[in-house]
Order: sequence, then structure tokens, then C-alpha cells
Amino acid sequence: MKILLIEDEPQMVNTIKDSLEKEGYLVEFAMDFHSAIERVFVYEYDCILLDIMLPNGSGLDILKKLKKENKSENVIIISARDSLDDKLEGLELGADDYLTKPFYLAELNARVKAVLRRKELNGKNSIEMANVVLEMNNHELLVNGNNIPLNRKEFGVLNYFLLNKNRLVSKEALAEYVWGDHSDNSDNFDFVYYQIKNLRKKLNDSGAGIRLESIYGVGYKLIEV
Amino acid sequence: MKLQNQSLKYLSISILGIVILWGIIFYINTLNEIKGSIDEGLENYKRLIIQNAKKDSSILDKSYFDESFFSIQRMTAPKALAQKDQYIDTEIYMQDADDEEPEPEPVRMLITAFEINGKYYQLKVANSMVEEDDLINELMKGVILLYSILITSIIAINLIVLKKLWQPFYKLLDQLKGFRLGYHQELPEINTKTKEFADLKKVMDNLLKHTIKTYEQQNQFIGNASHELQTPLAIVSNNLELVLENKTLENSDAKKITETYQIAQRLIRLNKSLLLLAKIENNQFMGSHNVSINTIVAQTIDDLKEIIEFKNIKITIRNTAELSVMMDKSLANILISNLIRNAVLHNVKNGKIDIAIMDETLKISNYSMSQKLNDTNIFRRFYKATGKPNSTGLGLSMVKAITELYGFSISYTHENDLHCFELTFK
Repeated sequence: MKILLIEDEPQMVNTIKDSLEKEGYLVEFAMDFHSAIERVFVYEYDCILLDIMLPNGSGLDILKKLKKENKSENVIIISARDSLDDKLEGLELGADDYLTKPFYLAELNARVKAVLRRKELNGKNSIEMANVVLEMNNHELLVNGNNIPLNRKEFGVLNYFLLNKNRLVSKEALAEYVWGDHSDNSDNFDFVYYQIKNLRKKLNDSGAGIRLESIYGVGYKLIEV
Repeated sequence: MKLQNQSLKYLSISILGIVILWGIIFYINTLNEIKGSIDEGLENYKRLIIQNAKKDSSILDKSYFDESFFSIQRMTAPKALAQKDQYIDTEIYMQDADDEEPEPEPVRMLITAFEINGKYYQLKVANSMVEEDDLINELMKGVILLYSILITSIIAINLIVLKKLWQPFYKLLDQLKGFRLGYHQELPEINTKTKEFADLKKVMDNLLKHTIKTYEQQNQFIGNASHELQTPLAIVSNNLELVLENKTLENSDAKKITETYQIAQRLIRLNKSLLLLAKIENNQFMGSHNVSINTIVAQTIDDLKEIIEFKNIKITIRNTAELSVMMDKSLANILISNLIRNAVLHNVKNGKIDIAIMDETLKISNYSMSQKLNDTNIFRRFYKATGKPNSTGLGLSMVKAITELYGFSISYTHENDLHCFELTFK
């Protein structure tokens, strides 16, 4: 899988590149408008991460050019600009998603995976890990083929972890995921903890080959047993 | 007290003084004039009497006042020589049509002396005088009449002329009352030829322009600063995430990094909230849709269903009316979800939340861990009632900013251990 990162901030490039490489992707990057244009039209990418404010030009102009070539559907805009207009324009130009900086790396992973999965188009809308299958269409968890009932939030949390296999998902990222955008209270962590506890129990009881591991008290990681 | 009435107050007091003073002076002058004129008449009378007495000595025997209003009495030479013409005010018994019996009436009397054939006589000539009480009475009536005419006309002039003259001022004042910084930015408009009002308008325009500019700059600064912080914060947070994935971290290092990471997340939340606030206050949410409050409430509660179950909170919703409001959809969501999230978040285990949707109001009441909140402070930025370090203290100020943007109102009350927020969409 080849990903192009168009971003002008060098440290940001390094961080995102590191994180995506951990997922096993091949990451290339462009740090200004012209080199981005060059890359976009010379090479093929499975996913393009596009910053809007670039030296010498706007990321939205790159998107316009991509749309003309029908190549805009695998673009995720990553921008510090959280304006609705930008969001609407970006999505109208065919971008797949719009992620506002700052974001959690786990969130970026989840979004990139969503784009890639859509691209694969193998008709299969499920995530697998060990003996566990998460069916997206009917919101089912199957362990060794047995259906394990999950509530809405548990399903969401497990999905989030499956999109971030072997990666750290912080409690903050989870809290925001289950609680929504305006999570500004530590009380949410109690609820996150409660969800994790239930999920662990269900996975354990059903004999799933995956496990949620605590990481330094900062978050969790989904690993194969 | 209105300016008009104030000026009326001072005018009526000072005019009263002036009119009274004028009445006194007028009275004294009139009296002097009357006396002067009577005195001249008496002098003339005196000469005539003396002349007649020289011709007809029988006159000299007239020692009492009768119809001819004079009396003559003999007197000694030294006394007569010492006697000078003397005018006095005195009284004589007289009777006129409306008197039943003679009454003392004021008269002006000339007392003088003359000599005929070596004999000396004292002459008293009298003339009836105006009655001073009558004069005062008449004058008083006149003064009161004058005063009332003056006051009535001043009130009338005040009402008509002053009202007209001050109209630009009141218009300006009305517009200023409606002026809200950050909402409609048009400056107040008045047409006036009055120099003072034109000056006032000019000064006010300058002041307002300056204030608006400062306000915009400040808002822009907050917006820009928050925006510029986004990328550095993203780098800090994401780098820490990467470091925390490192399996070889010492536990003590991991603890420090975790703390730093959590602080970074707090900064991010704070920054996001500030940015959102700046955007609300800069009017950057322009969308206007017919938003159903009932739907948003139901959606928000559905979103929080698991958490509500987790805390075992009993929610009662009374939909007594279909409440729809014209406003930006995302702001409506923030507004209502902030309030409901607060009600859930600050609630106690096994607590309750009552939500009532009425024609124009949304009322959310809930139990809480905290005591009565300070109702003047809770809507202020960075005010934290609970002292939770992770809270940004911006949630309710966001609610307030949104209500102010649309001219809604929000109030807080605390009754029977229930914290109650009432949102009025009007």
C-alpha cells in the first residue's frame, strides 16, 4: 500500500510517516505545492493525505486537479483549519474524509484504513484478527463463528481497536470516540474503563484469540494472544 | 428624572422667584405712584382751601371732617411755625354702598399750617386712598395668573419644541441601547443640524469604531493564536503517542510521558474550545435552518444512552410542544448537547434528569454532585465550579455565546437539590 503525505511541517511529516510505516505502508511525502502536483500525477497512490495550507498554493487546488482526473476519492484532508466551508468544499471536490489537526494517530489510522478498505472492493465488509471477525454490515462479532452480542459502544470500541491492531489507543482517543467531540471531563474515563472491562470479559469468555492490553496506564493495545 | 422634567423643575422654581420679586417691586412702585399723585392733589386742594379761607372766613370754623374732607383748627404760632407739610397714611370712618355702618378706611392726609390775619391755623386735608390689602390681593391674583400662564406655556414649549429638538438625541440613545458589540456592526444613524448632537454622534462613532476594531482584533487574535497552535500541538501529541508505543520505556519515564501526553490533550481541548468560541463570536456560523429541538434532544440522549445506563440515570422527557428554531444546525447541536452532557456528566449515580420541551423553552433539571452553582459566574470563561482539573471551563460559556448570538436567553436556578437550566428561544 502506497500513501502520499502532502504536508509542509517537517516534524508533522516525520510523525505521520513513522506511524503509517508501523502499519506497513510505503509512505512518500511532498512538502510544497509544486512537488505535490508532480508526485500526484506521476505516481499512483492508494491514499493521499493532503494538507490545505501549503507553500506556493492551496491543497484544495490540488484536489480540484485530482477531481478532474477522477482521482480524488482516496484523499483525506488533514488541516488545522476547522472551518465548515473548507470541509464542505473538500468533500464536494470528492475528498473521502476531513481530519482536523490535532488528531490522534489512532484516528488517522482508522480513517486511512477506511479509505483503503473501500479501495480494495473485495465485497467483504468485515475485519478479521485471529479467530475474531467483526461484521460491519450487521454489527456482529463472531468468535470461532459464534455470535457474541455487543452493545453499540462496545462494537464501536472494538472496531476502533481492530483498525489499530497492535497500536496504542489512548484513553483520550477512546473517550472522544465514545463520548463525542466535546469530551472535556475525566469522568468519561470511568465509562471507558467500564466498556473495556466488559469487552475484555466477553472476549475472554468466548475464547477469542485477541486481548486488550493496558499500556502504561495511558491507553490500551489490541494484540493477538 | 427626565431632562425635560429637570429643566422644568428648575425653571418653575426660578420663575416663581422672579415673579414674586416682580410682584413686590410692582406693588411698591404702584403704591408710590398712587401716593405721589394723591399728594399732588392734596397740595392743590390745600392751596384752594387757603385761598377760599382768605375770602370766606367761615371756612376757618370747619373743625371736623365732613363731605368736603378737610378740617381747620386754631393753633399757636410757635407750633404752626414748626409745622411743615406732612403727608401721612391714616384712617377715617367712612361708609360706602356695601358697608352697613361707617368703617375705618385708609386715607392719605396732608397736615399743614397757615396764617390769616395774624392767626395761625392747622389744616388737615384728606383723600381716600387705595386699600393696600385690596391692592395686594389684586396683585397676588395677577401674579398667580401670570405664573400659571408662564408655567403652562413652558410645559407646552417643552413638550413640543424640546421634544422635537431632543429627538435626534433620543433616537441616538435608542440605537445605542440596541448596539451589541460583535453582532450588527452598523453605526447608529441620526440626521441633525444641532451642533452638539452632531458632535456627540461624531465622538460616539469614533469611540464605537475604535471599540469594534479592538474587539475584532482581539477576537482575530484569539482565533489566529488558537489556529497557529493546532499544528504544534498535533506534533507534540502525536510524537508522545509514538514514544508511548515504544516497548523499551522505563516505567518511570512512561509515567512522565503519560502525564505530559495528558496535559497535551488538555491543551488541545482547551485550544479547540477557544477556537470554537472565537468562531461563534466572529459570526462564522452562518447556516440557518429550521432545527427541531425535540429531535436534537432525542438524538443527544440516544448518543449518550450507554453512559446514561452506566450511571443508571433516570431520564424523563416531557415533550409538551414541538419546538423548532431557526439557527445553525451545528451550533444547535453544540448548544443542546453541551447542556445535556453537563447534566449527565455532573450527575450522581442513580440520579435523574428531567427535560421539558415547551413552546419556547427547553428546561433541563438534574441532580448533581455539586452544591448550588454561582449563577453569575457559571457562564464566564474558565470558571470551574467543580474544580476538576481536566475540565476546560468553557462549556457553559460556549452555551452563553451561542444564546447571545441568536438573542436567546439562558438562566440557572437551583431548587430542591435540582440544578435547572432554562433555555428560552426568543
